[in-house]
Amino acid sequence: MSVKLNVRQVGDVTVVDVAGRITLGEGSSALRDALREMVGKGQKKILLNLGEVSYIDSSGIGELVSGFTTVTNSGGQLKLLNLNKRVKDLLQITKLYTVFDVHDDEASAIRSFA
Amino acid sequence: MRDNKHHVPETVERSLESTLDSVDSAEELAVGVAQRAGFDEDDLMKIGMAVRESMVNAVVHGNRYNAHKKVRFSVGHNSERFTVRIADEGEGFDFSALPDPLAPENLMRTSGRGIFLIRSFMDEFDMRHLEPGGTEVTLVKYKVSK
Repeated sequence: MSVKLNVRQVGDVTVVDVAGRITLGEGSSALRDALREMVGKGQKKILLNLGEVSYIDSSGIGELVSGFTTVTNSGGQLKLLNLNKRVKDLLQITKLYTVFDVHDDEASAIRSFA
Repeated sequence: MRDNKHHVPETVERSLESTLDSVDSAEELAVGVAQRAGFDEDDLMKIGMAVRESMVNAVVHGNRYNAHKKVRFSVGHNSERFTVRIADEGEGFDFSALPDPLAPENLMRTSGRGIFLIRSFMDEFDMRHLEPGGTEVTLVKYKVSK
Protein backbone atom coordinates (compact mmCIF):
# COMPACT_ATOMS: atom_id res chain seq x y z
CA MET A 1 0.00 0.00 0.00
CA SER A 2 1.39 3.43 -0.88
CA VAL A 3 0.06 5.12 2.26
CA LYS A 4 -0.51 3.82 5.76
CA LEU A 5 -2.90 5.49 8.19
CA ASN A 6 -2.90 4.93 11.95
CA VAL A 7 -5.81 6.51 13.76
CA ARG A 8 -5.67 7.13 17.50
CA GLN A 9 -7.56 9.17 20.00
CA VAL A 10 -5.93 11.65 22.37
CA GLY A 11 -8.74 12.96 24.51
CA ASP A 12 -11.31 14.35 22.11
CA VAL A 13 -8.75 14.85 19.33
CA THR A 14 -8.43 12.27 16.56
CA VAL A 15 -4.80 11.94 15.51
CA VAL A 16 -4.09 10.36 12.13
CA ASP A 17 -0.50 9.25 11.66
CA VAL A 18 0.09 9.28 7.91
CA ALA A 19 3.06 7.38 6.48
CA GLY A 20 4.12 6.89 2.88
CA ARG A 21 3.08 8.55 -0.34
CA ILE A 22 0.04 10.76 -0.77
CA THR A 23 -0.15 10.72 -4.56
CA LEU A 24 -2.87 10.36 -7.18
CA GLY A 25 -4.50 6.98 -6.82
CA GLU A 26 -4.39 4.76 -3.77
CA GLY A 27 -2.62 7.21 -1.50
CA SER A 28 -4.81 10.23 -1.96
CA SER A 29 -8.05 8.24 -2.04
CA ALA A 30 -7.17 6.46 1.22
CA LEU A 31 -6.72 9.79 2.97
CA ARG A 32 -9.92 11.15 1.46
CA ASP A 33 -11.95 8.13 2.54
CA ALA A 34 -10.52 8.21 6.07
CA LEU A 35 -11.35 11.89 6.56
CA ARG A 36 -14.85 11.46 5.20
CA GLU A 37 -15.42 8.55 7.56
CA MET A 38 -14.26 10.62 10.53
CA VAL A 39 -16.53 13.52 9.61
CA GLY A 40 -19.37 11.06 9.10
CA LYS A 41 -18.82 9.79 12.63
CA GLY A 42 -19.02 13.33 13.94
CA GLN A 43 -15.37 13.77 14.80
CA LYS A 44 -14.69 17.50 15.06
CA LYS A 45 -11.04 17.70 16.05
CA ILE A 46 -8.67 16.05 13.61
CA LEU A 47 -4.88 16.29 13.63
CA LEU A 48 -3.00 14.95 10.62
CA ASN A 49 0.51 13.89 11.60
CA LEU A 50 2.46 14.06 8.34
CA GLY A 51 5.87 13.34 9.84
CA GLU A 52 6.29 10.08 7.94
CA VAL A 53 4.97 11.31 4.59
CA SER A 54 7.75 10.64 2.12
CA TYR A 55 6.10 12.12 -0.95
CA ILE A 56 3.09 14.27 -1.81
CA ASP A 57 1.99 15.49 -5.22
CA SER A 58 -0.58 18.07 -6.28
CA SER A 59 -3.34 15.49 -5.88
CA GLY A 60 -2.24 14.92 -2.31
CA ILE A 61 -2.23 18.65 -1.69
CA GLY A 62 -5.74 18.69 -3.14
CA GLU A 63 -6.86 16.05 -0.67
CA LEU A 64 -5.49 18.08 2.24
CA VAL A 65 -7.46 21.08 0.98
CA SER A 66 -10.56 18.97 0.42
CA GLY A 67 -10.25 17.48 3.89
CA PHE A 68 -9.84 20.90 5.45
CA THR A 69 -12.95 22.17 3.68
CA THR A 70 -15.02 19.11 4.57
CA VAL A 71 -14.05 19.19 8.23
CA THR A 72 -14.48 22.96 8.52
CA ASN A 73 -17.88 22.90 6.81
CA SER A 74 -19.02 20.29 9.30
CA GLY A 75 -18.12 22.61 12.15
CA GLY A 76 -14.82 20.94 12.98
CA GLN A 77 -11.12 21.72 12.88
CA LEU A 78 -8.35 20.01 10.89
CA LYS A 79 -4.74 20.80 11.72
CA LEU A 80 -1.36 19.58 10.49
CA LEU A 81 1.58 18.26 12.47
CA ASN A 82 5.26 17.55 11.73
CA LEU A 83 5.59 18.80 8.15
CA ASN A 84 8.85 17.76 6.57
CA LYS A 85 10.70 20.14 4.29
CA ARG A 86 9.10 18.80 1.10
CA VAL A 87 5.52 19.16 2.33
CA LYS A 88 6.23 22.51 3.94
CA ASP A 89 7.84 23.86 0.76
CA LEU A 90 4.91 22.70 -1.35
CA LEU A 91 2.36 24.31 0.95
CA GLN A 92 4.35 27.54 0.95
CA ILE A 93 4.77 27.61 -2.83
CA THR A 94 1.03 27.07 -3.28
CA LYS A 95 0.21 29.70 -0.65
CA LEU A 96 -1.57 27.13 1.49
CA TYR A 97 0.81 27.16 4.44
CA THR A 98 -1.06 29.98 6.15
CA VAL A 99 -4.44 28.38 5.46
CA PHE A 100 -3.65 25.44 7.68
CA ASP A 101 -2.81 25.61 11.37
CA VAL A 102 0.59 23.87 11.34
CA HIS A 103 2.37 22.52 14.42
CA ASP A 104 5.65 20.77 15.05
CA ASP A 105 4.80 19.46 18.51
CA GLU A 106 1.92 17.08 19.16
CA ALA A 107 1.15 18.18 22.69
CA SER A 108 0.85 21.83 21.78
CA ALA A 109 -1.13 20.91 18.66
CA ILE A 110 -3.66 19.06 20.77
CA ARG A 111 -3.91 21.92 23.24
CA SER A 112 -4.61 24.32 20.39
CA PHE A 113 -7.97 22.76 19.51
CA ALA A 114 -10.82 24.92 20.74
CA MET B 1 24.65 20.53 -8.84
CA ARG B 2 27.66 18.35 -8.38
CA ASP B 3 30.53 19.03 -10.73
CA ASN B 4 30.69 16.01 -12.99
CA LYS B 5 33.36 16.28 -15.63
CA HIS B 6 32.76 12.73 -16.72
CA HIS B 7 29.05 12.95 -17.51
CA VAL B 8 27.96 11.15 -20.64
CA PRO B 9 25.09 12.65 -22.63
CA GLU B 10 22.16 10.26 -22.45
CA THR B 11 18.71 9.99 -24.00
CA VAL B 12 15.98 7.55 -23.08
CA GLU B 13 12.72 7.20 -25.02
CA ARG B 14 9.63 5.21 -24.14
CA SER B 15 6.10 4.67 -25.37
CA LEU B 16 4.04 4.33 -22.19
CA GLU B 17 0.57 3.06 -21.40
CA SER B 18 -2.00 5.53 -20.10
CA THR B 19 -1.87 4.25 -16.52
CA LEU B 20 -0.74 5.48 -13.13
CA ASP B 21 2.01 2.85 -13.24
CA SER B 22 3.44 4.72 -16.20
CA VAL B 23 3.54 7.87 -14.09
CA ASP B 24 5.73 6.06 -11.58
CA SER B 25 7.92 4.57 -14.33
CA ALA B 26 8.49 7.88 -16.04
CA GLU B 27 9.37 9.61 -12.79
CA GLU B 28 11.82 6.86 -11.89
CA LEU B 29 13.42 6.99 -15.35
CA ALA B 30 13.77 10.74 -15.29
CA VAL B 31 15.25 10.84 -11.80
CA GLY B 32 17.72 8.12 -12.75
CA VAL B 33 18.93 10.04 -15.79
CA ALA B 34 19.05 13.25 -13.77
CA GLN B 35 21.09 11.56 -11.07
CA ARG B 36 23.62 10.32 -13.63
CA ALA B 37 23.68 13.82 -15.07
CA GLY B 38 24.91 15.08 -11.73
CA PHE B 39 21.91 16.87 -10.21
CA ASP B 40 21.77 17.12 -6.42
CA GLU B 41 19.01 15.79 -4.16
CA ASP B 42 17.04 19.02 -4.15
CA ASP B 43 16.97 19.20 -7.95
CA LEU B 44 16.20 15.48 -8.22
CA MET B 45 13.12 16.03 -6.08
CA LYS B 46 12.01 18.95 -8.24
CA ILE B 47 12.59 17.08 -11.49
CA GLY B 48 10.78 14.01 -10.18
CA MET B 49 7.76 16.05 -9.14
CA ALA B 50 7.62 18.01 -12.39
CA VAL B 51 7.74 14.82 -14.43
CA ARG B 52 5.09 13.21 -12.24
CA GLU B 53 2.73 16.17 -12.63
CA SER B 54 3.30 16.23 -16.39
CA MET B 55 2.68 12.52 -16.72
CA VAL B 56 -0.50 12.73 -14.65
CA ASN B 57 -1.74 15.45 -17.00
CA ALA B 58 -0.97 13.29 -20.02
CA VAL B 59 -2.50 10.10 -18.62
CA VAL B 60 -5.49 11.53 -16.78
CA HIS B 61 -6.46 14.71 -18.66
CA GLY B 62 -4.96 14.05 -22.08
CA ASN B 63 -5.46 10.36 -22.74
CA ARG B 64 -8.12 9.85 -20.03
CA TYR B 65 -6.67 6.45 -19.14
CA ASN B 66 -7.57 5.23 -22.64
CA ALA B 67 -5.80 1.92 -23.18
CA HIS B 68 -5.60 2.64 -26.91
CA LYS B 69 -3.69 5.87 -26.40
CA LYS B 70 -0.02 6.07 -25.53
CA VAL B 71 2.20 8.62 -23.88
CA ARG B 72 5.48 9.34 -25.68
CA PHE B 73 8.16 10.03 -23.13
CA SER B 74 11.75 11.07 -23.64
CA VAL B 75 14.41 12.26 -21.23
CA GLY B 76 17.94 13.31 -22.02
CA HIS B 77 20.74 15.66 -21.17
CA ASN B 78 23.81 17.24 -22.63
CA SER B 79 26.43 19.53 -21.16
CA GLU B 80 23.97 22.38 -20.70
CA ARG B 81 20.44 21.08 -20.29
CA PHE B 82 18.34 18.28 -18.96
CA THR B 83 15.20 17.91 -21.10
CA VAL B 84 12.02 15.88 -20.74
CA ARG B 85 9.32 15.68 -23.42
CA ILE B 86 5.93 14.14 -22.79
CA ALA B 87 3.28 13.86 -25.50
CA ASP B 88 -0.26 12.56 -25.18
CA GLU B 89 -2.88 11.72 -27.81
CA GLY B 90 -5.73 13.63 -26.24
CA GLU B 91 -7.99 16.33 -27.58
CA GLY B 92 -5.83 19.18 -26.38
CA PHE B 93 -6.88 22.14 -24.29
CA ASP B 94 -6.80 25.92 -24.29
CA PHE B 95 -3.42 26.83 -22.79
CA SER B 96 -4.58 30.37 -22.14
CA ALA B 97 -7.54 29.26 -20.03
CA LEU B 98 -5.58 27.76 -17.14
CA PRO B 99 -6.78 29.24 -13.86
CA ASP B 100 -4.22 30.74 -11.48
CA PRO B 101 -4.12 28.45 -8.43
CA LEU B 102 -2.77 31.31 -6.30
CA ALA B 103 -5.71 33.59 -7.01
CA PRO B 104 -7.83 33.95 -3.87
CA GLU B 105 -10.90 32.50 -5.56
CA ASN B 106 -8.91 29.38 -6.56
CA LEU B 107 -6.81 28.83 -3.46
CA MET B 108 -9.15 26.28 -1.91
CA ARG B 109 -9.76 24.34 -5.09
CA THR B 110 -8.86 20.66 -4.84
CA SER B 111 -7.11 20.55 -8.21
CA GLY B 112 -5.39 22.79 -10.73
CA ARG B 113 -1.91 23.10 -9.23
CA GLY B 114 0.01 20.72 -11.49
CA ILE B 115 1.26 23.09 -14.17
CA PHE B 116 1.99 25.76 -11.61
CA LEU B 117 4.25 23.32 -9.73
CA ILE B 118 5.98 22.24 -12.94
CA ARG B 119 6.78 25.87 -13.76
CA SER B 120 8.01 26.40 -10.19
CA PHE B 121 10.39 23.46 -10.30
CA MET B 122 11.79 23.64 -13.84
CA ASP B 123 13.74 26.38 -15.62
CA GLU B 124 11.68 26.13 -18.79
CA PHE B 125 8.24 24.71 -19.49
CA ASP B 126 6.55 24.80 -22.89
CA MET B 127 3.33 23.34 -24.22
CA ARG B 128 2.34 22.87 -27.83
CA HIS B 129 -0.53 21.38 -29.73
CA LEU B 130 0.32 18.41 -31.90
CA GLU B 131 -1.12 17.53 -35.30
CA PRO B 132 -3.40 15.74 -35.82
CA GLY B 133 -4.04 15.78 -32.07
CA GLY B 134 -2.53 15.74 -28.63
CA THR B 135 -0.34 17.92 -26.49
CA GLU B 136 3.41 17.86 -26.00
CA VAL B 137 5.12 19.45 -23.03
CA THR B 138 8.83 20.16 -22.75
CA LEU B 139 10.52 20.51 -19.39
CA VAL B 140 14.07 21.84 -19.09
CA LYS B 141 16.43 22.11 -16.14
CA TYR B 142 19.72 23.91 -16.70
CA LYS B 143 22.94 22.27 -15.63
CA VAL B 144 24.82 24.85 -13.65
CA SER B 145 27.80 24.05 -11.46
CA LYS B 146 27.27 25.42 -7.96
